[in-house]
Amino acid sequence: MATTTTNPTLSTFEESLADLGVDCTRTTAADFATTLADIVRDPAVGVPLPFDVEYPDSVTVDPTPAELERAETGITPASYGVANYGSVFLPATDDGAELVSLYPKLHVPVVRADDVLPALPEALDRFGDAAREEDLSAIVATGPSATADMGKLVLGAHGPEAVHVVMLDE
Amino acid sequence: MSKGRGDKAAEIRRLMATEGPAIEENTKGFNRKRREAIEGLENYEELRDRAREIKEDAIDRLPELLDELRTAVEDNGGQMYIADDAADANRYIRDVAAEKEAERVVKSKSMTTEELEVNDALAEDGVDVVETDLGEWVVQLADETPSHLIAPAIHRSQESIAELFKEVFDPADPPETASELTSFAREKLGERIRDADVGMTGANFVTADSGTMAIVTSEGNARKCAVTPDTHVAVTGVEKVIPSTDELSPFLELLARSGTGQDLTAYVSLLTPPVDTPTVDFDDDETPLSERDSDREFHLVLIDNGRMAMREDDQLRETLYCIRCGQCSNSCANFQHVGGHAFGGETYSGGIGTGWEAGIEGLDTAAEFNDFCTGCSRCVNGCPTKIDIPWINTVVRDRVNRGKEPDGYDFLVEGLTPDEEPGGLDLDKRLFGNFETLAKLGSATAPVSNWVAKTGPARWALERVAGVDARRDLPEFQRETLVDWFENRVTAVSDPTREVVLYPDVYTNHVQVERGKAAVRTLEALGVSVRVPDVRSSGRAPLSQGMIATAEEHAHDVYGRLAEHLDAGRDVVVIEPSDLAMFDREYEKFLPEASVERLQEHSYEIMEYVYGLLENGADADTLRGGDGDGVAYHAHCQQRTLGLEAHTVAVLEDLGYDVLTSDVECCGMAGSFGYKDTYYELSMDVGDDLAEQFSTTEARDRTVVASGTSCLEQLDALLSRPSTHPVELIAP
Repeated sequence: MATTTTNPTLSTFEESLADLGVDCTRTTAADFATTLADIVRDPAVGVPLPFDVEYPDSVTVDPTPAELERAETGITPASYGVANYGSVFLPATDDGAELVSLYPKLHVPVVRADDVLPALPEALDRFGDAAREEDLSAIVATGPSATADMGKLVLGAHGPEAVHVVMLDE
Repeated sequence: MSKGRGDKAAEIRRLMATEGPAIEENTKGFNRKRREAIEGLENYEELRDRAREIKEDAIDRLPELLDELRTAVEDNGGQMYIADDAADANRYIRDVAAEKEAERVVKSKSMTTEELEVNDALAEDGVDVVETDLGEWVVQLADETPSHLIAPAIHRSQESIAELFKEVFDPADPPETASELTSFAREKLGERIRDADVGMTGANFVTADSGTMAIVTSEGNARKCAVTPDTHVAVTGVEKVIPSTDELSPFLELLARSGTGQDLTAYVSLLTPPVDTPTVDFDDDETPLSERDSDREFHLVLIDNGRMAMREDDQLRETLYCIRCGQCSNSCANFQHVGGHAFGGETYSGGIGTGWEAGIEGLDTAAEFNDFCTGCSRCVNGCPTKIDIPWINTVVRDRVNRGKEPDGYDFLVEGLTPDEEPGGLDLDKRLFGNFETLAKLGSATAPVSNWVAKTGPARWALERVAGVDARRDLPEFQRETLVDWFENRVTAVSDPTREVVLYPDVYTNHVQVERGKAAVRTLEALGVSVRVPDVRSSGRAPLSQGMIATAEEHAHDVYGRLAEHLDAGRDVVVIEPSDLAMFDREYEKFLPEASVERLQEHSYEIMEYVYGLLENGADADTLRGGDGDGVAYHAHCQQRTLGLEAHTVAVLEDLGYDVLTSDVECCGMAGSFGYKDTYYELSMDVGDDLAEQFSTTEARDRTVVASGTSCLEQLDALLSRPSTHPVELIAP
């Protein structure tokens, strides 16, 4: 499913994600549901996406807290990608995007290819406006949760142990 | 007095044996990764400059930024409280907990709350406080204190954590591997976070323009603590405020790189609370997240606790630029061997720790570990905000010295101490700080002085009274000093290309006279006319002991004596790297800007100067070539900070030597440090790595060469073969 790209920002993003051990799948709006169905581990929950796409039936959209707790996968939108670090900006919203991105073992952020920016300062510039004007909160997430406190690097400390980025061509 | 020193030596020995190995392995791992991470960053120096600039501006405008921040936080619907001290902050936090009728508070790692001892304060009200950072939780379960700013359980091995979990929880199937231990902790802590009433976090940065906090973690526990319970209390120091979100970038890019060598930590939470995230009850299987309330409460508690006074303190102010990355701990050879339980105060540890402890706890606390900083300056080039950490330690040492009352031993050394220091200064400090006077006396009465110094009673007295370890060889003073020798000879250069002043540092002048003679011969062979005037010592020795006024007096004398030579267009050539470092770094604090710039511009390390002469066409054949001879070379710490190691290596290779360079971070001697009975064993332990590297099959038959006096002394103690200064190797 992964397509190669000639856009240097996008290829940098893909390389950075690969360095972090994060899978990345590029898809179109039309193929989104089938692509996602292949990626998620059941049970999967998601928050409504601000993109013109349909979730597959297997995903419970807008879950209850109990459904969230049972979920293996959480799907949330990302406002931007940061190419040189392989980071995604995850907005904390009133439909629980922060919780859905944090509690399940696999997190699937969905980012529009057009929203992948070259470096951190560009993303922070945009975030700053939203923070000042709308009190926006966001998480800059770079790879899965990790700890080295138990003697060796272990993935999946308090947050997800795996991340799979879906890059969307709208 | 000697009992105090003995106790401390015993504690150091204990920590070296128990916690040292894990700390050494971990800190060196961080350093390795840091070097790699920085190499991959094109604009590293620009980022450091920018970070420094932002911090200088923020601390300068702090009162104004705090007002702006308060408006932003309150407009967002949160509350902000500035606490004067720990008691004030704890009272506020206890009130919040009481109002929420909180039974449990979950906490994400925060050194500031360690400073407040907020866990104890809440426990008094019967509140169960649980640390959620895995390292911090281990420390809490073991009833210990953190041993590192960012890696609190760095002193513990995987096995000891497994043992601890077994003891505390007695699980049916005890976890053993790192992965099992992590799952075990995740599960236990997950339950506790879910049931908590209040989440408490620190904040790495707070932006005044929007009221946003940046919290940096890898585990994700800060995120869970901030958004799972409906009440969030963020506690941090007032110095963490920066003007705007646009200025976060350099700090975020430097913080993880400097500390653990990651590009970015896994999560940077940029929270502008109260957050919109709905509150959850995990038993609710009816209400979708979007329909749940996000009725949240947020309190930002900023603590002063001495920080505003530090801001007014010209010397300690820089401490407030610290972003708590832990780099100065990782890069410190002494820290690598004893960790923060020896090299730390009530809260903060490592190089920058004494600045913090002096500012927030007071000089007594800072004094307990201030001596671990040897001023080697290895931490300087890695500090993301370019803080002069060794200088802060020197200032604190000076203030500790001045705070002391005179004691009964003082009369013994009155005649040896023509310094500017107060009467109560520790005898060992006064002895080492006045090494110049001692050296003059030693040379004048040599060889008798050397015989006497070696006798049992003299060594016993030196150890008993001044803390000079009897296991350490003492320097042998030469009857004829370099200056005397030079006065009685005729210069051999008829048509000089350049004129130089060879700076007769106190060691070269009185002890290592041969390396001084070798430097003269080398320079003359390359067509340079040499003068060796009688100039005072640079002041390095008193400075190391925190005797700043005495060091400053030396600086004025040295510059006064060298000024006419600079006027005459002569270069100053220095053999001892720590003295060149003194001209290059510390003299800026003592001399007018124009003077210090002039001195810096025309001062060179001897091998750097030889390198320059050879590059400019001097005839290398006049020097002693190596013909493929193997050399094992150890550069001096301060020489490396100044970027001068490469010149020596280049000259030696140019002359046909086969050079192997040490890659250990320190020899461990560090001037007077290794002479002191309290630190002798630590000094030797640090030096072991160097001994090991120079004893491998590849290195063991090579001539050992080192640039610094201390390094040479340490190498002589560590190895069975002698060591020499590189200029002695190449001199005709």
